Amino acid sequence: MVSTMQTIFSLHKKGKNKFTVPQFYAESYDAIPQEYVRQSFELVDVSEVDVVRHYRKLSSLNFGVDNGMYPLGSCTMKYNPKINDVVAALPQYAWQHPATVEELSQGALQIMYALQEMLCAITGMKQFTLIPAAGAHGELTSVMVIKKYFETKGEKRNIILIPDSAHGTNPASVAMCGFTVKEIPSNSDGDVDIDALRAAMDDNVAAMMLTCPNTLGLFDRNILTISEILHSKGALFYCDGANLNAIVGKVRPADLGFDIMHVNLHKTFSTPHGGGGPGSGPIGVVEKLEPFMPVPVISKKDTQYYLDYNKPQSIGRVHSFYGNFLIMLRAYTYIVMLGANGLRQVAEHAVVNANYLRVKLQKHFNLPYKRICMHEFVINDEGLPNGITTNEIAKRLLDYGFHAPTVYFPLIVHGAMMIEPTETEHKDTLDAFVNTLIAIKDEAKSNPEILKAAPQTTPVRKVDAVLAARKPVVRWEE
Amino acid sequence: MSFLPNSNDDIRLMCNEIGVNSVEDLFVDIPSSVKNPQIQLPSPLSEQEALYSILRTGNTNKKVCSLVGAGIYHHYVPAVVDHLASRSEFYTAYTPYQPEVSQGTLAAIFEFQTYMCKLTGMDIANASMYDGATALAEAVLMAVRTTKKNTVLCSASVHPHYRQVLATYAWASDISLQIVPYKNGTTDYQELSHIIHDTVACVIVQSPNFFGVIEDVAKVVQIAHQHKALCIATFTEAMSLGLLKSPGECGADIVCGEGQSFGNYPACGGPLLGILACKKEFMRNIPGRLIGKTVDEEGRDAYVMTLQTREQHIRRERATSNICTNEGLCALRATIYLSLVGNRLQELSRTNHAAASYCLEKLVALGYERVFDVPFFNEFVIKINNAKDIRSKLINNGYALGIPLEEYYPELSDCLLITATECTTQDDVDTLVKLLQTI
Repeated sequence: MVSTMQTIFSLHKKGKNKFTVPQFYAESYDAIPQEYVRQSFELVDVSEVDVVRHYRKLSSLNFGVDNGMYPLGSCTMKYNPKINDVVAALPQYAWQHPATVEELSQGALQIMYALQEMLCAITGMKQFTLIPAAGAHGELTSVMVIKKYFETKGEKRNIILIPDSAHGTNPASVAMCGFTVKEIPSNSDGDVDIDALRAAMDDNVAAMMLTCPNTLGLFDRNILTISEILHSKGALFYCDGANLNAIVGKVRPADLGFDIMHVNLHKTFSTPHGGGGPGSGPIGVVEKLEPFMPVPVISKKDTQYYLDYNKPQSIGRVHSFYGNFLIMLRAYTYIVMLGANGLRQVAEHAVVNANYLRVKLQKHFNLPYKRICMHEFVINDEGLPNGITTNEIAKRLLDYGFHAPTVYFPLIVHGAMMIEPTETEHKDTLDAFVNTLIAIKDEAKSNPEILKAAPQTTPVRKVDAVLAARKPVVRWEE
Repeated sequence: MSFLPNSNDDIRLMCNEIGVNSVEDLFVDIPSSVKNPQIQLPSPLSEQEALYSILRTGNTNKKVCSLVGAGIYHHYVPAVVDHLASRSEFYTAYTPYQPEVSQGTLAAIFEFQTYMCKLTGMDIANASMYDGATALAEAVLMAVRTTKKNTVLCSASVHPHYRQVLATYAWASDISLQIVPYKNGTTDYQELSHIIHDTVACVIVQSPNFFGVIEDVAKVVQIAHQHKALCIATFTEAMSLGLLKSPGECGADIVCGEGQSFGNYPACGGPLLGILACKKEFMRNIPGRLIGKTVDEEGRDAYVMTLQTREQHIRRERATSNICTNEGLCALRATIYLSLVGNRLQELSRTNHAAASYCLEKLVALGYERVFDVPFFNEFVIKINNAKDIRSKLINNGYALGIPLEEYYPELSDCLLITATECTTQDDVDTLVKLLQTI
């Protein structure tokens, strides 16, 4: 417990800063006119010890996967192997400049090329690009590819279908490319409502974006029918691969009829989430969409790797350079350690863990969709004693040393708690999690005040988000 | 290697509890015709085999003395940055959805926003974007939303990759993008005055620009404002903010750019650190995460993600952007870096300018032509006969002398964009000069 949250600025004192700058003397210093020079400069003056203690202390106020179970649904908070970070810190890679990769960094291009090939093998897609810097960036790039595909064919299609259970990034990506979103309802089993889909289909539909498995943690049982309905009208089928962890090695999205997809290297392929990035959101496409992929395309001629910009139908560039290379390097390390069987086991264990939790918890909590789930499932706060809510349960879990699930999402389940244990938790940890949730439910009955007061053991108590929004203070002021 | 803690016995016990005979029974919803495909991947490796294999591949990358910048810069990363950013409480967490167990990330990003405001001269900075180029594209979308106008003017001296990314986003959003020519290394201000009209949403200027030249941002602001257009000031070399007048002081409305120079490695081009900052009046239009200060139940200072109704997880297709995951850890690295270097950033920034000045002097003394005779920061353009040949020969001798500009500007054949930073030593330059005399 800390008494007050200090910022680095409160440690400021003139004379403390002993950071030594290397000197460089130019004989005729090419002076910059005064009108261009900054007159006042005030960052901070603190000592190196201050910096180390301050950020070490801040780190202790955080909860990460290394602190404990982090069942944040749809985020795949699995263990991040430490070797990934050792590899990403190697100066042979970290110090290489992007403008000279063809001349000086053939090894880096080799890794990128190999990772593209691996992702093709895993998903069945024809070509991958590693450029998008996050999942949402991959979605955006994909929607641009879809737009370009129809533009090139001379077809004006302005609608993209999205199920009501989709992540918010899907409709937002669609809107950024000038398409109109048409929402498709789910049926009572949690699958896409096929009749509604048929009714929505016409020649204006460019594509449907489907998260697979979906955000209820369910594998859509009509997936081949959906694919057929879309393709019969010339529309494309997009796979949001945020939940690939459930099916990696078990089925290739291309075999399900998907034409284009993104994957999140920071989810399925174990790269750390960084407190909110950097991630990496490569996209893969079937053959007919290849010409529209962003540039540059990493290609190989004989033994030389090169950046191919000669793609006249490409959507163009979507990133300053080639994407988040050090994230790719981590994912590559993970894949070469696991191999095909290892990846399939990842999906199998993730799905066993989720179903085990589901079966144990459905005896105590409402489970709106009662069927076998994939890597995650959704329960809610319906019928809990004393009207205890999802948010109160989430905060109480923090007191017991667990991170909370994803809450109030998907929007189609009232008071949703979306739980994704991942494959890297042991049965004993899952049992402890179940017992904790049962204990919290008991508290809801016997001592509801303790839930309303939660969390109490965390570095700060319940944070006033309303005040933050009403009177925004978004920078430090003296 | 495997990171699965459950044994076969554990799995069997769990399957019994679930009520299925085998793991395979849990995958019944996947069509059997396509289930369990053969996937061709290399045989799995142990940790040490993986490390040595990747190390061998890495050793084929060549280490040279690099005088290359052009958007990504070789700056020294102090040990403290790697040390602190390697704390797994930071890097194994995710977006701070639960503020009570995320105060570390939240407070650090609040400090980051503060540093970005101080350096750019803006009121508000978000928690980061993917990189400088996408930050610029988002800044333009923001300007178009704010002004409800649809034409965008961008100077030809803006980084070519940034202009290309902007062109992609503009095409997707049906925005009309027009390029303003450059003249003697800066935006052609006179031409800008001719081209601009009242339907222009914003004018984009980069300073220092792609040629390393310092632009008259205040002049661009003046021209833009006369036509009720916003001025977006961008940068690729954040180090320049230590020495140059902030874009805010010059009157810019939105500032965006690349923050890699602060504590992040060149890393073959990523991860990078997109910076996006603006004046207070645009607060509800800025994309991405914003961290706000508030209090907890006991009245203590605390931090939380705020103004989330702008964002995709609430507003869906009406959000200010689709961005979700940003570059949190890179922002943390920049924050630690700026805390450590502090007010000495000004001095460090001067060293960068001095190193580039020294390098330019020596090259001019060899008889090479300085192409734009105007003030620059730490990059400049030199014309050398047979530049490409000479550059190739130098690479074989351990020097990367800038990048050729012809690919981006056909009129600048035989021109090289050369960069120096505090990592460039006097000895590096002197050795280069000797080499150039013998080639």
